[in-house]
Amino acid sequence: MASMRDIKRRRSSIQSTQQITKAMKLVSTVKLQRARAGAERSKSYFQCMYDTMNSILARVGEVEHKYLKSGETGKKAVILVTSNRGLAGGYNNNVAKLITRHETWKPEDLLIYAIGNKGREILHRAGYEIKEELPEIMEAPAYADAMFLTERLLKSFEEGEISEIYLAYTAFKNTVSHIPTLIKLLPVDRPGENDGDSTAERDRKDSLKEEKPVDYGAPMNFEPADEEALDLIIPKYVASLIYGGLVEALASENGARMQAMDNATNNAAELIDDLELLYNRARQGSITQELTEIIAGANAIQ
Amino acid sequence: MSDENKEYQLRIVTPERVFYEGNVEMVEFNTTEGQIGVLPGHIPMTVIVAPGILTITEAEGVKEAALHAGFAEILPDRITILAEIIEWPDEIDEDRAEAALQRARERLENRDSQTDLARAETALQRAIARIEVLK
Repeated sequence: MASMRDIKRRRSSIQSTQQITKAMKLVSTVKLQRARAGAERSKSYFQCMYDTMNSILARVGEVEHKYLKSGETGKKAVILVTSNRGLAGGYNNNVAKLITRHETWKPEDLLIYAIGNKGREILHRAGYEIKEELPEIMEAPAYADAMFLTERLLKSFEEGEISEIYLAYTAFKNTVSHIPTLIKLLPVDRPGENDGDSTAERDRKDSLKEEKPVDYGAPMNFEPADEEALDLIIPKYVASLIYGGLVEALASENGARMQAMDNATNNAAELIDDLELLYNRARQGSITQELTEIIAGANAIQ
Repeated sequence: MSDENKEYQLRIVTPERVFYEGNVEMVEFNTTEGQIGVLPGHIPMTVIVAPGILTITEAEGVKEAALHAGFAEILPDRITILAEIIEWPDEIDEDRAEAALQRARERLENRDSQTDLARAETALQRAIARIEVLK
């Protein structure tokens, strides 16, 4: 049995770790609430954006548009949204797995736009080409960041450097459930062409589809005309999806960290309990031993 | 449209917040095709916003804001503006707007083949809208 001093030292070390994890849990709880409120505030924007986009796409029918067909040449661009810091359980690994374990994607076909340091580290180690790294965005995602990134992606798309654009992020369902999600940003899928979607993507679409459009008797008019409107609206649509991904990922990150730290705190408490028991047993053992020695000594004198 | 229906619902949402929600009599703003004013009972229409002043006429008075980018969905009984950038007058920093105006003007005057004209023009329009709405 370990000595009393060793047990005591170990216990106090675990106690201080527990204090750290407890503090981190509190911090991420507060951050989670803020991030969650942000994600909910922006929800109505995406709802409107999504509805408008669908109604436009349903109206224009079969048009040739640069954003509606994938380029023949070029790689696939994947925007990977992860956190800058660790200690968030499986959060970062789960998103990265969407890419590393993808059935058909090979590392040489992809260009990674890494938002957040952790994802970049994971994919870099796995041999993916990191086209850009933007860790500072994750500190406080702003719509301007999403617009900036969209502008650059669309430029590469038009130039034929990339043929498709995907977004990998963690969707925030509720505090305990975060789902790694991969969605296609460009070319935009037309309604009715969604049969090949992943389940997660369909879930997201279903959750956005709740409101039924009201029939106003007159068809929607566009000013400027359809194709020109597409030129202007699709970049906004892509930017809003990216921004939505960012705010949800931030909420998920804090949720995941809160859970991880909660588990760590509980595990520490369990360890401390065990050590407490060991310590008391060792203490009692030493008292018993001392007593036995004293009594034996006293008996020897008699 | 009958007389009792003088108002309709206006919703302005930005990615970060719901900017405005309420019943209004008229909304005026700039689109890529020119200025429009929307009264109740408008035909369904989607327009792209151009930088300018957004004027909201409520029963109690008139409100103004600087609207820079986004698009609007107009329906007979409601209008939704998806605004990427929009500010109330008290959120605008006048000095910064003036500085931006100066910069944009200079860029347009001393332009060469390197200048991104569309960008400089948008910047100029934005600065003008900001300053106008403050007056």
